[in-house]
Amino acid sequence: MKSRNTNLREVYVWELPVRFYHWTNALCIITLCITGFIIANPPAIMNETEATFTFWFGKVRFIHFVTAFVFFFNFLYRLYWGFVGNRYARWDNFIPLKKKQWKEFWEVLMVDIWMIRNKPVDSIGHNTLAALSYLALFVAFMFQSITGFALYSDMSKSLLPKLFGWVVPLLGGDLMVRQIHHAATWFFIVFVIAHIYIVAYHDYIERRGITSSMIGGWKFIEEDVAKAEENEQ
Amino acid sequence: MEPATLSFYESCLRKGVSRRDFMKFSATMAAMLGLEASGAVRIAKALESKPRVPVVWLHFQECTCCSESFIRCSHPLVADLLFDSISLDYTETLMAAAGEQAETCLHSTIEKYRGHYVLLVEGSVPVDDEAYCCIGGRSAKQILEEAADGALAVVAWGNCACAGCVQAAFPNPTGAKAIRRIIKGKTVVNVQGCPPIADVMAGVIIHLLTFGTLPQLDSLGRPKTFYSRRVHDSCYRRANFDAGLFVKSFDDENARRGYCLYKVGCKGPNTYNSCGIIKWNEGVSYPIQSGHPCIGCSEEGFWDNSPFYRRIPSINAFGIEATADNIGLGIGIATVAGAAAHAVATNIRKKKQIENVDTPS
Repeated sequence: MKSRNTNLREVYVWELPVRFYHWTNALCIITLCITGFIIANPPAIMNETEATFTFWFGKVRFIHFVTAFVFFFNFLYRLYWGFVGNRYARWDNFIPLKKKQWKEFWEVLMVDIWMIRNKPVDSIGHNTLAALSYLALFVAFMFQSITGFALYSDMSKSLLPKLFGWVVPLLGGDLMVRQIHHAATWFFIVFVIAHIYIVAYHDYIERRGITSSMIGGWKFIEEDVAKAEENEQ
Repeated sequence: MEPATLSFYESCLRKGVSRRDFMKFSATMAAMLGLEASGAVRIAKALESKPRVPVVWLHFQECTCCSESFIRCSHPLVADLLFDSISLDYTETLMAAAGEQAETCLHSTIEKYRGHYVLLVEGSVPVDDEAYCCIGGRSAKQILEEAADGALAVVAWGNCACAGCVQAAFPNPTGAKAIRRIIKGKTVVNVQGCPPIADVMAGVIIHLLTFGTLPQLDSLGRPKTFYSRRVHDSCYRRANFDAGLFVKSFDDENARRGYCLYKVGCKGPNTYNSCGIIKWNEGVSYPIQSGHPCIGCSEEGFWDNSPFYRRIPSINAFGIEATADNIGLGIGIATVAGAAAHAVATNIRKKKQIENVDTPS
């Protein structure tokens, strides 16, 4: 039997709202990407059906719109949790203002990305580089929501899409907004690829249970790292 | 030039137009503008009592298709009446005067009717090098600024004047700009389209004459009466769109069945115009009815969103033709490749860490 004796402590990192947000968000993004691509380029099905009897494209669009609303409010909820959540969920993780965070940023680049150094980085929650990538993701969420609502505003009577009607002239008309909204989808796809790989990488190298931590919320943290964090509090 | 004190109705009577035809015209226009039943009376009253409005129609970088469209109004009296009853004091393509005479005409109208004339502009204005468009020794920009200064209202005809159209398409060699980007401090009515529908043009002018105010405009400056709905929303093929029945190529079975043209590049879902309702050539047809996708000619930058027969536009800025999807896919593959390379490197560089075990048993 291969095994190792370590001095690990279990730390509760991701609270239930954070985990709930993460998986709702993941489902929304997958749904939005798939329906989005179908809307952009639907298959031309050859059949004898009369238009009266089918509504499948309408349904695809309906799913896209409903999911977009869920996605948007889920995102707002996460922003709120950034002010009331625990220290790993707080907004200051994502906006690095402290010198220590930038030091960690370089460490992560050296250790995990370029692999010049081998000493592992001791962050318990998000490391600074990851947090910055999530900041970029939040900006993309905002951007995609705003352009989406702007496109939706002229077919809608509700307040929320109407709020963003001004975006259309700003970006140069409906066609342009649509193209930008479409191109931005690729940011999410690229992010998902990188995100999944990096999670797998960390789990493989650090063996802290990072993947399952998004399900249960707990991580295995080395005793000395956990103690150092405790002393800081 | 006739005296400006004559009303529209009076000048109509002079031309031999009957009262009955005059009322028919008023009713048609009221219907076109979407007014209530009393609207026809309001229009008739306005045309009877208000003095004729002097009009200056400027042509800059354009193809005159807006003028061509305008003189083909569906109501037989519209073009006649408008050309006779609005006092078209200056318009290069239709006026009899030329050279010095024409210039004098323009200047006298601008001075004499300061604050009372309507300025209609066709074509975009070059700003990078103003020399690209000069009339009578002066640049388009100078003429426009002078003419706009004393105008009661400014109306931009067609995509050139509203958004720059083909001249402003990438790489925009003349630095062509829309009228509303040049005139400061005045609302410009954008009558979009390439060209706009004749009846829409007539409707906008009648609105100006009847109510003496600008029509309600959308966020891009287009009159809401005609541009508040997408071509898509008034499309008779819309049911096929919702049902997911699409034409794949122009000669396939689905095309013969009259399915939705979305997949062959129809820009109807992003285009605001009333083609589906008013239609063209006296209500005969419009592009989609004739089996051709909408090219989005009443939208800003519709040339740059080409090709017309694909939903996703090409991006030419890098020298090679590619779509956002090609580029996105490229970046996606690069990301996967990068991750794979990183994974291999991890196994080599961090071997010790990965195999960090002490086996007690």
